[in-house]
Parts: sequence; C-alpha cells; structure tokens
Amino acid sequence: MRKNKLLLSILLLFVFSMFLVACGGANDDKKETNDADNTNDEATEDNATEDSGDFSVAMVTDTGGIDDKSFNQSAWEGLEAWGEEHGLEKGAAGYDYAQSEDDSDYLPNFTRLVKNDFNIIFGIGFLLEDAVADIAEQNPDNYFAIVDTVVDAPNVASITFAEHEGSFLAGVAAAMKTKTNKVGFLGGVDSDLINKFEVGFVAGAKSVNPDIEVQIQYAEDFNAVDKGKLIASNMYNSDIDVIYHAAGNTGNGVFAEAKDIKRNDPDREIWVIGVDRDQHEEGLNEDKSASVTLTSMIKRVDISVHEVTNAAMAGEFPGGETIVFGLEDEGVSVAETNEDAFTEDIRSAVAEWEEKIKNGELDVPKSRAELKEFEEGL
Amino acid sequence: MTTNRLFNILVPLFSVLIGLLAGAIIMLIYGYNPIEGYAALWKGAFGDLYFFGETIRQVTPYILTGLAVAFAFRAGLFNIGAEGQVIAGWLAAVWIGTSIEAPIYIHLPLAIIVAALAGALVAFIPGILKAKLGVHEVIVTIMFNYIALYSANAIIRNVLTEQADKTEKIAATASLSSEWLATFTSYSRMHYGILIALLVALIMWFIIEKTTIGFEIRSVGFNKHASEYAGMNVNKNIILAMIISGAFAGLAGSMEGLGTFGNMSIQAGFTNLGFDGIAVALLGANTAIGVILAAILFGVLKVGALNMPTEAGVPSELVDVIIAFIIFFVASSYLIRWILLRFKKGAK
Repeated sequence: MRKNKLLLSILLLFVFSMFLVACGGANDDKKETNDADNTNDEATEDNATEDSGDFSVAMVTDTGGIDDKSFNQSAWEGLEAWGEEHGLEKGAAGYDYAQSEDDSDYLPNFTRLVKNDFNIIFGIGFLLEDAVADIAEQNPDNYFAIVDTVVDAPNVASITFAEHEGSFLAGVAAAMKTKTNKVGFLGGVDSDLINKFEVGFVAGAKSVNPDIEVQIQYAEDFNAVDKGKLIASNMYNSDIDVIYHAAGNTGNGVFAEAKDIKRNDPDREIWVIGVDRDQHEEGLNEDKSASVTLTSMIKRVDISVHEVTNAAMAGEFPGGETIVFGLEDEGVSVAETNEDAFTEDIRSAVAEWEEKIKNGELDVPKSRAELKEFEEGL
Repeated sequence: MTTNRLFNILVPLFSVLIGLLAGAIIMLIYGYNPIEGYAALWKGAFGDLYFFGETIRQVTPYILTGLAVAFAFRAGLFNIGAEGQVIAGWLAAVWIGTSIEAPIYIHLPLAIIVAALAGALVAFIPGILKAKLGVHEVIVTIMFNYIALYSANAIIRNVLTEQADKTEKIAATASLSSEWLATFTSYSRMHYGILIALLVALIMWFIIEKTTIGFEIRSVGFNKHASEYAGMNVNKNIILAMIISGAFAGLAGSMEGLGTFGNMSIQAGFTNLGFDGIAVALLGANTAIGVILAAILFGVLKVGALNMPTEAGVPSELVDVIIAFIIFFVASSYLIRWILLRFKKGAK
C-alpha cells in the first residue's frame, strides 16, 4: 500500500513535468530549425574552408564572464561588432563564447569549441596562457589567439597592448588634477601585466611633477569589490585625491567608495581613473549630473579581436606573431568623456605627451626596473 | 534501524530529484527548454570520451574533499577548512614535483604523501586548538583558509619562482597523468588520481567501520561526554579526526597539482573544491559510498554545465541553482522525512 502511494506520487511528478515541458514546446520548433541550419552550415564549412561566408569565431572568457564591465565584455563586443559587419548570428555558425567558472574549465571549453568547428578561437586574458598553449599543440590545424600575453606557437596569434603608454597618459592627467600632490594606484593581482599599468602611471605622474607621491596597493584579487572599497577608503582618507585602478571588478569598489564620499560631502574633490573600457557611467552620481570618473585608460580589446578575426578570414592569420596595439593604432587611449573634470589644460598636456610617445621622443618604462632608470633620468 | 537506513538513502535521492525538477521549472520560467537543457548537460558530461574523461577528472578531487569533510563530520567536527587544506596539499605536491629529481616510484608517492602531510598539518592546528582550548573549529578553519591561500600565493611568488604568476611544470616522474589515458580519452586531463580517490574511500570506510579508532571517533561524534565517561581520550580523537580529514583534503590538492594542472598558479580566489566538498559530504550522508556517488553527481553537473550555453542557450549558472536546491532539500531533510512519514501513516 505504502509502495503504491510512493509510486503514485512519482508518477504524478512525471506527469507534471511532462505537462510543463509541453508548455515550453512553443519555441522548441524554432530552435530545431535553427539547429538544422547550423548542421547544414557546418557541413558546407567542411567542404569549402576558403569560402569566407562560412567563417565562425568564438572566445573563451576567464572567470570574469562577458558582463565583467572590463576586457571580457570588451572582447565580446568586438565579436558582436564583427558578426554584425558580416551579417552573422550568435551560435555555432557565426560567433559564440564559452564562459569559464573556474581555472579548470578553460581547456574543456576550448576543446568543445574546437569540436564545434570554430575557425578561430580567442582566449581572453593571461590566465588562459597554459590552456591556449596546450590546446594549440593538440590541434595544430586550428587557429587560436590569446589576449594580454604571448604564446609561442605557429597557430597562435598573440595580442598585447601598450598599457604602459596609456597608463602614462592617465598618470599625466592625474598629476594635473591632484591638489594634494598625492595620487593612488590600485592593482588587481601583482603580476607582470598589471605592473605595466602601475609603472606607466607612476612615470606619467612623475614626468609632470617629480615630487608627486604615488601610493601603490594591490588587492590580490580581480573580483573583490569589498576589498577595492576598503583600499579606496584608506587612500582617500590619507589625502589622496585621484585613484587609478587596474583591478577589473575589484575596481568597482573604488567607484562605490568615491560616490559614497561625494554623497556625504559634495564639495570634496576626489577622482577615479577607470580602466579597460570608458568607465564614465560607473562614476555617475544618482541624478547623473556629474561623474567621479576623471578619465579612463581605454584598452580596445574589441578592435584587436575584430581586426585579428578579419585578418584570419581574409586568409592572413598572423599565426606565431605578437601584435602590439599601442597609441598609434588607438589600441590604447584615454577617454575624454567627462568634460567638466577633464579640462582643456589636461587635454592639451595629455596630447603633448602623447605626441612625444608617438614620435619616439619618449620611451615609457614597462617594468619596475625600467621605472627606476626613468626616475633617475628625470 | 531499517527505516533510518531507508531514509538515509531516500532523502538524498529525493533531494536530487526535486533539485533537478526545480531547475527544470526555472528554465521554463525563463523561456528555456528544460529537456534541451538537460540533454546538453548530459552530452557535456558524457557526450564523448573527452568529456567523459573531464568528468572523471572533476569527480576525483570532489571524492577526496567530500571524504575529508565527511570524516570530520563523523567526529562531530565541521571542517570548513578543507579549502585551505586543498591549497596546502596542491602547493606541497607541486613543490616536491618541481624541486626534486628521483625515479617515478619514489618521486610520485613522495609528492602525494607530502601533500597529505601538508593538508594534515593545516588541519592539525585547528584540531589541537579545539582539543586543548575549546576554540571552535569552524572559526579557526575558516581563518586558516585565508592563511593557506595567501601564504601559498606568497610562496609561489617569492620562493618557488622569481615574481612569476605560476610555478614551473612538475617533472614527468611526479605526474599522475598518463599518455595512455590522454590518448584514450582524446586529450582529456583524466589521470590516475581517480584510483587513489577510490582507494582513499575504501580506507575511510575501513577506518570508520572496522577499526577501534573509527569506533572511538564515531563515539566522540555522537556524544563527547559519554565517550569520555567510557574512558576514551576525546582530545586525542578530535586531533586525529582533524589530521586524517586534512590529509584527505591535502590529497585532493595533489590531484590538481600532479594531475589536472601539473603546476600551480597564483590563486586569485578559492578553488571551491573544499567548499563543494561540504556539499558532497552532506549529500553523501557522510559515508564513503555516498560521498563517491555525490561526487559523481557534482562532477557531472559541473562539467556538463559548461555545455549548456553553447548547445541549449541555457546559462551555466543554472547548475549552481540546482545544486543549491539539492543542498537545501538535503539540509531540510526533516521536511522530506515528515512527508514520507505522512505517506506511511496514510498507508497504515
């Protein structure tokens, strides 16, 4: 008897779930036809690899995901723009992404995309270096690309940026803006890449005013908003009035803290310099009348991804090469969105230094050792 | 007794079923097709040999962290520190793997044993604090997670390398991965660690069920004071349970270091292996066989989830929701017991 009741309840659960599934059936058909299209496309793709109409591209994010308001998002925007340019849709026949929840997800994600016959697959961020090296070795006939670091393999294109140059200009802007002669730098994880931001920023600030004090701190985490807020709070309390962050999501804590301070004391002049994308919106106050974002060091990951994809599509995949996006090709730049704060003085000073870097008059240091030499030469 | 045992099996089964059903309902609410979603999940975990291999790879550390937490649970201790012990074990395994040259039959066992010792050491301190001073192990183990994480990062950066983000790869003689397994599963990272995990599960079962130590540990878990009255050394058993628990978690770390990754990077955050181990132990009702089954489920869900966005357009985060539901229902097992008892009463 008891058994019967149990059986009955399980049966009921089943019927119930079937019913629900039937409800969801409406958009089912559409999806299936889509799938059918995809398989057709894939079939033709195998036959005619040269035909540019069948080109598909995908990317693997690091643990940040495509809504990280930073370079994963920027890369995805690049792919979306590319898809729009060629009239393609998200999916196996156009462009797609795979999100990684954990370090161990990188390789399975790459493998799945390889199995789905994507023509070129991007790894976004230096965390994926090992995974890209492994997958490229296992699939010598596929194209891969990595952003922010270098993988030496004939079928991998390495995309790097001259972050130190952009950060130098951010440093110039910070030094022009500060009234206390104290500025701060908040890094994500202490690593070669983030050191480039730090060193460029310090060099830029000291070029304007050698006596300026730059406080440097690392959160050791790209995803800890609370830590970012705490560090920002300490910095602002010790008279620092401009903070440049290169800390991904952690940097959102800096914006939160700056906005909190402004809310309590609207007259206090404090600023944040954003990173990777134009973070003007992150700094807007409640009525959207003013932003604490002085400027942002923009890194056009989207342009780089877009260009490399187009090159691969045209049969000119830069395999084995390292492509550096710098000030000249607008791979890095500083945002001028906040016109109230980013005054004419600052704009012209930044333009002046930018010119010096572009024509080779000034060599911006890339590492702490180079910075030491640079400071001695000031 | 039989009904109790029946409940111990039924509660997790029901929780999994309800969890999956809840996941299906959520997919429906947001306009996804749950059948497609679950089909993609299944395919992502077992679709071909590669993904099968990756699933086993993910299951391996889950079994070990699950066993670690379960073992401490049996002694009435809540080892939240499995996470930190995993990191310690990972670091120790990689340290031995990169710095020593020895033939494989010495190098590999040495790396594994040192990883277990490292995990045990990290767990020993909360154990002795609990035993001697009565400091609550939950607080201490949580704090030790951070100590382990940041110490490991500092050691990687300053001792094992010169300011680099990750260590060298371990020597081939310390590696658990095999050419044969990799070729067989078309380059998945499946490694021999799964055998170690299963062996450790057997050891845990043996210690708990068949030895005096296990009897004492269970006894302390049921009632400390009664055990003391019966002449058992409660303090010794608490410390011992923590050490063995930590050793299991340390082994889980060595699976990552010697098998999956072959090196260790600066960890920006926790690996979550230890925290997921708590859920695995809970779902597995703190028994060796239960932990293995629960670890398989978690491994399948985690690896399969990665396929859901590409194939069915369902966000992979959904699996976290399903897992949360499963844990919720296991934790509220009282509710399920009550429902089942109602059925039973009705039948009478």
